[in-house]
Amino acid sequence: MRSRFFIQAGRPVALPPLDSPQWQSPWRAFAWGLRSITQTILTIVLFVTYLGIGALAHDSHFSLLWALCSTLFVWAGPAQIILITTLGSGATVIQSAIAVTVSAIRLFPMVVSVLPLMRTPTTKRRELVFAAHLTAVTLWVECHRFLPQVPRKRRIAFVQGLGCGLVSVCLTANTVGYFLAANLTQTLGAAILLLTPLSFLFSTARNSREVADVVALSLGILLYPLAAKMNSGLDILVSGVVAGTIAYGVHWWREVRA
Amino acid sequence: MSFAQLIGDWHALAVLFVAGVVPNQIWRMLGLWFGGGIDEGSELLVWVRAVATAILAGVIAQIVVEPPGALASVPDVLRYGAVGAGLVVFLLTRRSIFAGVVAGEVFMLAGKWWLG
Repeated sequence: MRSRFFIQAGRPVALPPLDSPQWQSPWRAFAWGLRSITQTILTIVLFVTYLGIGALAHDSHFSLLWALCSTLFVWAGPAQIILITTLGSGATVIQSAIAVTVSAIRLFPMVVSVLPLMRTPTTKRRELVFAAHLTAVTLWVECHRFLPQVPRKRRIAFVQGLGCGLVSVCLTANTVGYFLAANLTQTLGAAILLLTPLSFLFSTARNSREVADVVALSLGILLYPLAAKMNSGLDILVSGVVAGTIAYGVHWWREVRA
Repeated sequence: MSFAQLIGDWHALAVLFVAGVVPNQIWRMLGLWFGGGIDEGSELLVWVRAVATAILAGVIAQIVVEPPGALASVPDVLRYGAVGAGLVVFLLTRRSIFAGVVAGEVFMLAGKWWLG
């Protein structure tokens, strides 16, 4: 089901042929990865999302350095937003950490599915640490699209280039968003903050191919206001686990039981 | 805005690492360490993905329902309307993220302008 998405997103990619001498140097492969950020619409979606995150950090009274460090070291939009909104609305460090870690579990299957694409029989685990850090939904989608056209022994360098390019775009967006929020009128500042929920909603909806994904997304939105009434400090976690489990139930009812 | 404001205090950065970096990064490193033996299509991972999606949905709802900063100056009906308008356009344009985002933003800005 997911493969259909890749095919839809996948125009032919302008990379040298697999046997080209261009691939002999790992630095060249890194440069091709870096250059590939111009080959995908997802770069613009990321830019817009991180523009919003920069503005959100400003309006929640975090420093610019804090916002940039969160992008560099967390490198997962949802976790960054959860962190900013929970800490900003007075949750404790423990409550925020729990909400972040639950949202980050999805990175586990992503890393598990992406790393075999880069591994060779002689690859050492430490060579993959940086690629694992760069793995997030955008990179995961792009790896499935680009990597078949990259020789296996140059794939780690290529992914590192692609990831570094995307991180740079997001750091720039953070900085721009932060200063825009500080200097724009209230209405335009609000427009920038609205970018984040909109871009997340539509990019998640676009990736939803199964009924369970759609149920999880819509129930998750509808249950949040109810969970928020309980004022437990873990509202997002409560509505998320309940809505996600119901969505899993729907999946089980349709697929497993049948 | 002063230089010190851009840097912030060390306490906030420490909180970032404890509440953000470690709880997030641990799953990537577990994937790197134990990835080999996990079946990607296993039922447990289907549940994990559903919960992660629902949590993200909750975050989207939280920003719209309890808006931070400048977004709080936008009336409820305009915020909900913007998401609704964006969603309709997103679906009508065969899931164009760009068209959905633009439609939501235009709805909000037009509403703000109209309400004065």
